[in-house]
Amino acid sequence: MKVTIDGIEIDVPKGTTILQAARLIGPQVAPPAMCYYTKLKTSGGYCRTCIVKVTQGSTANPNPMPKPVASCRTEVMDGMVVQNFSSPEILEARKGVVEFLLINHPLDCPVCDQAGECKLQDLGYENGSAKTRYEFKRREYEMIDIGDKIKLHMTRCILCYRCVKTAEQITDKRLHGVVHRGDASEISTYIEQVIDNDFSGNVIDVCPVGALTDKTFRFKQRVWFTKPVDAHRNCDKCCGKTRVWLKGEEVVRVTARKDQWDEVEEFICNSCRYDHKKTSDWVIEGPSPIHRNSVISQNHYQNLNELKVQVMKQQKALGFMPIDKKP
Amino acid sequence: MKLTNRSKVVSDNKEQTGMEKLYLPGIIKGMLITGSHLFKRRATVRYPEETRPMAGVYRGWHVLKRDENGAERCTACGLCAVACPAEAITMESAERKKGEESLYREEKYAKTYEINMLRCIFCGLCEEACPKEAIFLTDRLVDTEYEREDFVYGKSKLVEKIDKRIDVSKRQTLEVAEFKKLPGLKHNEVWEGKNLNKGNKH
Repeated sequence: MKVTIDGIEIDVPKGTTILQAARLIGPQVAPPAMCYYTKLKTSGGYCRTCIVKVTQGSTANPNPMPKPVASCRTEVMDGMVVQNFSSPEILEARKGVVEFLLINHPLDCPVCDQAGECKLQDLGYENGSAKTRYEFKRREYEMIDIGDKIKLHMTRCILCYRCVKTAEQITDKRLHGVVHRGDASEISTYIEQVIDNDFSGNVIDVCPVGALTDKTFRFKQRVWFTKPVDAHRNCDKCCGKTRVWLKGEEVVRVTARKDQWDEVEEFICNSCRYDHKKTSDWVIEGPSPIHRNSVISQNHYQNLNELKVQVMKQQKALGFMPIDKKP
Repeated sequence: MKLTNRSKVVSDNKEQTGMEKLYLPGIIKGMLITGSHLFKRRATVRYPEETRPMAGVYRGWHVLKRDENGAERCTACGLCAVACPAEAITMESAERKKGEESLYREEKYAKTYEINMLRCIFCGLCEEACPKEAIFLTDRLVDTEYEREDFVYGKSKLVEKIDKRIDVSKRQTLEVAEFKKLPGLKHNEVWEGKNLNKGNKH
């Protein structure tokens, strides 16, 4: 099936969603997604950040769709024409969506452990406006400990349901879910029951915001002071392939490896995540790929040579000349 | 050894002229120049009795501010350290315990906070980066010390004393003050000692 997204045509098999097709083209057209997760079935459709405009439904029916559609839940049709970043209407609508997501989200990024790798932070930076128009009291909850390793900060939750689906699909028994409705919805465990499963820690990785955080890493370091490396160990429960976050020689945190779309490549078990915090436990493969615009790559100076080349290029374009070469 | 050919011989057993041989005119000329300075503006001040005025926005010894209740504003977010071009700032954070609400403003606080004053270039980027209005540069000069490690200032030298607050209002322009009155910027509730919008969060 041929589908055109932002003027780029791609051939995809039947049953592919617009979001997946856009991701196949690349990040220049892929809409942001807060709730959709490739590895979790039935995820997506809650957050509405991935909305796109369909200007032509299909070759058979070339009428446009009346409203923006959620690209994670809409399958492509042959001859479909989609606009994402090229449509000012969509950019405006997405800005509204971001504003709604941020209505109840607290401005506690300086305290939050997710800051620096938070998808909502990125989304707000890219699409939101700098000011808020909301003047009422934000919804607030008490912090809850889910087991002794996970902290649930419900105030920060954007109700993407990713963690609920992870618990449902990755672990064998779900103990937490969403209770209440609408604005009062809340992620909760049955009377704060301990999630006691080998893979329960993965809810931390799938959370796009800082609602579910690792208690063993709580307030230990800001992510941009740590150095992520890919590492592995022999584990009988999971693949053992992880990302180890180092501060000096100390392992401050262990997470699963994430791909370009910030989705976990392979889920890891709790013993890898919490119990192996020594450098000697791990075989280090090398530095993890971090986007150069990410704050995590700040002050690491890996790309100093690249930077030099860039500066030289800019200077050349502006007509600068080194002092010693001036005529 | 002669290194270059550029050196010029100024006087090499030069014969003195008649005027120079008289000696006295030269002395008088010199005394007149010296005497004229008695009536000119003095170039120095009588330090330490007298000091030169300092700019209100002079960037010197940092201060870590407390809020209106005396709680430390710094939440150890690390933005100053990542903004610092000289990498002079290091910190360790800790979680606030129950009963420490009057000591620390937020749930997280800086357990240690160190600035290496020998590394610091006093550019003020930390002040600019701070989202909590915690760090400011002041017009105090950094003391001289005998040991290098004495220049690493910890919290004891950086956090302002409760009974000896440091005024930083001069450092904030009118535009900044106006901007901080926005209701969305809740962490800036206090401006010049006045509570702009009551009702505390956290």
